[in-house]
Order: sequence, then C-alpha cells, then structure tokens
Amino acid sequence: MQTPLLTYTLRLADNALVLGHRLSEWCGHGPMLEEDLALANMALDCIGQARNFYTYAGEIEGKGRSEDDLAYLRDCDAFRNILLVERPRGDFAFTILRQFLYAAFMHPYFERLSASKDERLAAIAAKTVKEMAYHLRHSAEWVIRLGDGTEESAARLQEALADLWPFTGEMFEVDETERALIEAGVAFDPAGIRPLWLDTVDRVFADALISRPGDGWMQTGGRRGEHSEHLGHLLADLQFMQRAYPGSTW
Amino acid sequence: MAGIVYLREPVDERLTRARIAAASVCDPEVPVLTIEDLGVLRDVRLAGEAVEVVITPTYSGCPAMDMISLQVDLALEKAGFAARKVTLSLSPAWTTDWMTEAGKEKLRAYGIAPPVGRAKGRGALFGVDEIPCPHCGSAETERVSEFGSTACKALWRCRACREPFDYFKCI
Repeated sequence: MQTPLLTYTLRLADNALVLGHRLSEWCGHGPMLEEDLALANMALDCIGQARNFYTYAGEIEGKGRSEDDLAYLRDCDAFRNILLVERPRGDFAFTILRQFLYAAFMHPYFERLSASKDERLAAIAAKTVKEMAYHLRHSAEWVIRLGDGTEESAARLQEALADLWPFTGEMFEVDETERALIEAGVAFDPAGIRPLWLDTVDRVFADALISRPGDGWMQTGGRRGEHSEHLGHLLADLQFMQRAYPGSTW
Repeated sequence: MAGIVYLREPVDERLTRARIAAASVCDPEVPVLTIEDLGVLRDVRLAGEAVEVVITPTYSGCPAMDMISLQVDLALEKAGFAARKVTLSLSPAWTTDWMTEAGKEKLRAYGIAPPVGRAKGRGALFGVDEIPCPHCGSAETERVSEFGSTACKALWRCRACREPFDYFKCI
C-alpha cells in the first residue's frame, strides 16, 4: 500500500519522465536544427525533474529503490502519469501543442507547489518552475506561428487540438489521495489555477487564430494506473536495456 | 608525518584550504568559469572528520553535475583531504543572480553574452529584447532560438557584425 505522499510524488515523476521521453524521440528529427536542440533541451529539463522526484519517491518508500529502479523496473500499471503525456509524439504541431497545454498548466502549478509544507517537494518545484517558464514561452510562440502560418500548419494545429483537448481534463483531477495532501498543505488543488490556465490558452489561441473546443467528455485513468497501449510501447523502448541486461551500467 | 600535520591544522585554515580547492573547479561546459563564479558552489563545511562541499545544479537536468561532483572530489583529494563528501542541494534554487561580476566579465570575454537583468525582473518572465553582442558590443541583435547548445544558454545573432553567439539565460 502506497502512502499518499509516495503516490503523489510518483505522479509528478512519471509525468515528467514520460513527457521527457516523448520529447527525446525528436532528437535528430526536428524540423530544423534550432528546434531539434530546443526539443532535446526541454526533454533534458523534464528528465532532470523526473530524477529529482524519483529520488525523493525512493526515499519516501524506504525500500532502497533508486531513481533508476523506479524509472526502469516498473510495469505500465505502476505508472501514474496522466494520459496526455503518453500520447505518441505525432507531428510537430501535435508535440508543440501538447507542450504548450502542459506547460501552461505546470508553470503556475509548480509556482504554487514551491510553497508546499513538504520542503523537498517545495525545493524541486521551485527549481522546476523556472524551466517551465521557458517551455511555456517557447511552445506558445510556436503555437502562434503555426496557427497564423500557412493553411497546412493551421490545419495540422487545429487537428492536434481536437486530438489533445479531451486529455486536458485529467490535469485538474483530484482524488482522495490528493485531497488529503491538499488539506495538509503538501499538495496544491489544481482547480485553483484552471481560470489562469484557460486565460493563457485563450490568449495564445486568439493570436494563433484557432478556437478552443468546448469541454466535452474527458479521458481519465492514467493517474490510477489505467493506461493506453502507447505507454507499453514507450516503456519497451525506455526500459529495454535494463530488462535485457539487468544492472548494466555505462 | 603529513597525517599529524593535518590533525594539528587549525579548523579555519583547513576550511580555507578546502574552499580554495573546491572553488578551483571549472564548469565542464563553460570552462572559463569556476563553479564559484557560476554560483554553483554553495558551501564548504566540516561534517565531523569529513569536509563537505555543497553544490547546486543550474538546471534540473544539467548533465554536468556528475562531472562537477567528481572534479570537486578529486580537487579535495589532491589537497590532502582523505574524508570528503560532495552534497547536491536543490534549495534555494540556483539563479543567475548568484553569478559573480568577475564571472560575467569572463563570460563576455569568452564570447558568451552574460545574463542581462535580475532573475525576478520582468525580463526573466517575458524575455528581453536587447542583449549586447559579446563580440562587437552592438545592441543590434536578435534571438534565433530560446534554446542553445546547453540548457543554460539561448542562441542569438548580431546584426551588426553578423556573428552568432550564445546568451547565458537569466533565470
């Protein structure tokens, strides 16, 4: 049985690792050199954030599991990331739009989490928020450029938005586990930043000349360990070396 | 006997020696800067018999941290410290405000534009439009990409001398 703090920390870690991996898949495939570097840099930030959260999760658990054990030796159903981050990387519009929707949420979220009563989470959040500011700015600029670009870039962006929007609801979910932590001042209620998130989204979409879909049915499950098939494929790639050659180092 | 000499060494001199050794380590990616110039070196203290050096990463995913830890450890060993420990601290989060003035000047001389303004200022949040070119000093510059060769740098170019350059981001 996991303590609420462990589950919560793993959720933060898994979001960062899975998104970091998706971004890293662009390495060598970016639409231009500068963007290749930008995507790899954002991937590095996310993976660095994941390392900090995993190290802490291992300490909370107290069974001697390292950051690597948690990243490489857990199966799909143990992962607690939201479904948004495990969607396949798609085209550049899809990747950039996902990054924007995520960063527009995570920037204010980590800003508030840096006042957590849990000192360690507060420290990691304070570090993370600076990086998310760059991710938000960079991805927002691209959303505008693609939306207000050519007919094709605008169409691809709009298509990506239709795909991604049903996955945004999960960012704002709160369950029993998290409710207790919110009341204890350890976690932060994401409902509080929804107006801010929508405002950021609307302002950028207005410049990008695209409109946000209405809130319909939202996908859910990742935070409880119910994932799409895509996570399995991602982990097969990510975990291959440690599964095939346990304990290997380089 | 060297060991006896060390045991008799006054605590403050021992600390000073450890600090000098740790502060001599250079950043592997920006080799003109020491970790002290960068503000990565946070503390040097005695932890029982051991010397403890506290460092903080610039970015969460900074791949240079393992290298820096190793080099600090080696520098302390070379300075004669048998018991030593390098600790990584995340809080308070690193900011370019900790970069020394000497460090900023070294960066400029090396061809990297140093961070402009304070991390808490408007520039860090909304971006800055004016970064002087480290080569010719012209203010006629433009940003090519928010992300450069390392996590801590952005890619800029000078419209006056036509040279591209790295800008050390203000965070």
